[in-house]
Amino acid sequence: MATVDLRTLTEAHSHTEHEHEEHHHGNFWTNYVFSEDHKVIAKQFLITGMAWALIGGVLSVLFRLQLGFPESNLSWLKPLLGGWLTPEGKIDPEFYLALVTMHGTIMVFFVLTAGLSGTFSNFLIPLQIGARDMASGFMNMLSYWFFFLSSVVMFTSLFISTGPASGGWVIYPPLSALPQAMQGSGLGMTLWLVAMALFIVSSLLGGINYITTVINLRTKGMSFTKLPLTIWAFFFTAIIGVLSFPVLFAAALLLIFDRSFGTSFYLSDIYIGGEALPNQGGSPILFQHLFWFLGHPEVYIVLLPALGITSEIIATNSRKPIFGYKAMVGSMLFIAILSFVVWAHHMFVTGMNPFLGSIFTLLTLIIAVPSAVKIFNYVTTLWKGNILFTPGMLFSIGLVSFFLTGGITGIFLGNSAIDIQLHDTYFVVAHFHLVMGSASFFGMVAGVYHWFPKMFGRMLDERLGYLHFWLTIVGVYLVFFPMHYIGIAGFPRRYYSWTNFETFSGFADLNMLVSIAAIITLFAQFIFLFNFIYSIFRGKAASANPWNSNTLEWTTPRSPGHGNWPGELPTVYRWPYDYSKPGAKEDFIPQHIPYSETPESNLPHENELVKLEMNNGSAIVVEDKKH
Amino acid sequence: MMSLIISLGVVLVLAILYMIFRIGNLVGLVKGKKDDSATSWNDINAYLMMIFMIAGLGAFFWYSFAHFDSYELPVASEHGVITDNLFWITMWVTVIAFVIIFVVMVWFTFAYRYKEGRKAEFFADHHKLEIIWTVVPAIVLALLIFSGLKAWNDITAPASKDAVVIELIGQQFLWTARYPGVKDKQLGRHNYKMIDASNEFGLDLEDINSSDDFKSLSLHLPKGKEIQLKIRAKDVLHSVFLPHFRLKMDAVPGMQTTFKFIATKSTADMREETGNPNFNYEMACTEVCGRGHFSMKFPVFVHDTVEDYEKWMASQEAWLKQNPDYLQRVPVELREAAMIKAGIPADSKEAIAASPVTVTLN
Repeated sequence: MATVDLRTLTEAHSHTEHEHEEHHHGNFWTNYVFSEDHKVIAKQFLITGMAWALIGGVLSVLFRLQLGFPESNLSWLKPLLGGWLTPEGKIDPEFYLALVTMHGTIMVFFVLTAGLSGTFSNFLIPLQIGARDMASGFMNMLSYWFFFLSSVVMFTSLFISTGPASGGWVIYPPLSALPQAMQGSGLGMTLWLVAMALFIVSSLLGGINYITTVINLRTKGMSFTKLPLTIWAFFFTAIIGVLSFPVLFAAALLLIFDRSFGTSFYLSDIYIGGEALPNQGGSPILFQHLFWFLGHPEVYIVLLPALGITSEIIATNSRKPIFGYKAMVGSMLFIAILSFVVWAHHMFVTGMNPFLGSIFTLLTLIIAVPSAVKIFNYVTTLWKGNILFTPGMLFSIGLVSFFLTGGITGIFLGNSAIDIQLHDTYFVVAHFHLVMGSASFFGMVAGVYHWFPKMFGRMLDERLGYLHFWLTIVGVYLVFFPMHYIGIAGFPRRYYSWTNFETFSGFADLNMLVSIAAIITLFAQFIFLFNFIYSIFRGKAASANPWNSNTLEWTTPRSPGHGNWPGELPTVYRWPYDYSKPGAKEDFIPQHIPYSETPESNLPHENELVKLEMNNGSAIVVEDKKH
Repeated sequence: MMSLIISLGVVLVLAILYMIFRIGNLVGLVKGKKDDSATSWNDINAYLMMIFMIAGLGAFFWYSFAHFDSYELPVASEHGVITDNLFWITMWVTVIAFVIIFVVMVWFTFAYRYKEGRKAEFFADHHKLEIIWTVVPAIVLALLIFSGLKAWNDITAPASKDAVVIELIGQQFLWTARYPGVKDKQLGRHNYKMIDASNEFGLDLEDINSSDDFKSLSLHLPKGKEIQLKIRAKDVLHSVFLPHFRLKMDAVPGMQTTFKFIATKSTADMREETGNPNFNYEMACTEVCGRGHFSMKFPVFVHDTVEDYEKWMASQEAWLKQNPDYLQRVPVELREAAMIKAGIPADSKEAIAASPVTVTLN
């Protein structure tokens, strides 16, 4: 163990010194476009992700207009929607489904997977573990450009005459397999599949890189037990992604075969458009199994990085160590493992064998335990803190509240007997938008507020941040909380209009409220967008460590170049959460400060480590094994 | 022209907002009392958090109680009463947990907001506490799971032999129901390759049981007798959703799914209970199936007694009687039996056309 660590460390040194020299010679293209610097790639992911978030948000407001104001005339949207408006100025019902589908696809994959993991795994892994760059800068660059290519294809599909994919983001066949079933299942679906294939390539290139980097490129002294929780979260996320995305790829590939080459993996006994199709023997349920084998871990791919970011921000701004570091890591590990064995809770009433339903109910509700532990640990971290409400901190607290509000409704939905009624109603919509959508979105925004100074060397304006936070949290709750009532009343999701049904004829008032709140929430994001762009150029200059934080990224210069640290890589001596340590002069002790410099605050067992610090790095590696 | 003016106006407003922001920034910079304002903003945020919590919880409880009737659907099936109970038990357990955690969290953010000179408590772990809050949720969840699983197993158990069998078929964008005829009480075989414009079921007429099956454009159910729905789809996925009966099951092409239940309230009972003389049960589709997904309504009628239901059954015409041309497809040796079962008079035009020449010669 010790020898391996040393070897990689020396390799990292020689490798990075070479690169460090190189970056001075770069031109515009190699520095900003085809850059191999993880920080530039992170910013590329962030900005692309923000663009997608804006598109995804606008799409949601478009269909909320239909749901909240079904009688209104939307002719003023003609320049944007063109032929997708009916002569009466209504959104076409098929385009409505396309909007819902693309909103889901964009938000889940392009914003909360690529935009979140892509940005923060890239930005923070090397900076927080003390590495010059990712294990493979080139693969990292490819990861972004595959994502970009995927984005181009997906974006193009919005503008084709038959419309983008419209069978829901889960693209269940046969609907998605048969162009005669709906327009969007034609070229739009083909482009969707191509874009997702490219996306999976991007995600795998990124994920393999994150895993490799965390394992091999940790700086001297940075044992796994000293990793910040952000890194643990990104590490688990990458592992989940690498294990589950290939299954989606397989599912998509079989769907491509069914669509284009006449196979019958998912198709059987279909009579459509006046003819009986020859396909027999396939099973639509097979697709659902394959899809959710990725689809459920995907929830945690989206959520874990946000939880990691939040752990870091809440500890820093409470000026307290995160409560139960080991329990936090353990619960993330447990969640990561369980995330692979709960997928069929999305399928209780699809005709799957009911016995499987019982098994998956059991496994699903077990996953609630580590999730509850995480919430308790966050709350306890706040207890007796000295809390600074930076915008990042506010968004992190917002995340915990969404994780709680949305998490408890999971206990209803994971219980197969209760799920019979709630499945595919607005209760589900409320549940996953809070626990996964809004929570992860808040984690992402919190991360931007917190690490903006390291990304751009300037501060975001705090007051605009407060305004952004309050408008957004109130807006989000007003959008998604009322949906619980609508869902309990049985309103099905993906409905263009409910007025055909007497049973679902109420709640025009709540639906209008939801739509208005959605519009306000979208507009609040423009405050953030303005703040972001303005502050890149004109924000207050940031100090090297504006939040008095312990992690290594704050030991770099204000705007670190390629290679991150101008001199030698920092050595790590302690865990990242020595906040408000009794006896210490300041309320934080960064990770690179040796125990020998802080005799006044050392705990008894830490005093023993002082002797080891006097020796060279190998001694430290040996010492780590004792943990 | 109008849109030009509007866009100019928008640009102007944005420019003014930008200037205000810029001036505010510069003034703040000149005044230079940054630290002071930072703590006051910290207090403002802490108070806002409290207000947000109180207002939020207040609105939640007010709406939940004041508007209970608007979101609580009356329940009309035996298993629905059980799952509703589970739902509300889970609701109470989780709402209590939710309120406690939420209040404690916001209270901590408020009580421990930044104060100069105070030092946070170095409190990194506490094993006893952690074990307690791992074990307690685990026990509570286990109880919820086991009551849920028991209900689930009962609901999904095989239907009894004498259950009323009805077939529901989903297609873009309508439902049809097929009932076994009163004579054999058995659904005939079907084959999707036999579907055509008239034979929407794909009824296989070589099976004698299919000759008295009949089609219905609304779902008729008996009250108080076990019903087994056999569900299938012709083209894409659909899902049978009977909200009042707490029943949902996907319709899958190529695979039959089933759901059994007992209706406890007839349409007339429900009209009385809700005080709405026009009340009708409805069935909806809950699996996205294309353009008309939102309009797949299927009317449902629950008869007061099993006898009423059987009377209605007897009054329905067999599909074969409505489409006597298809007698040609019935194998010769079964035709007579099929005609009797379907109730086709032997002297009708189609019956004569369909009767094999050899038979008449003999």
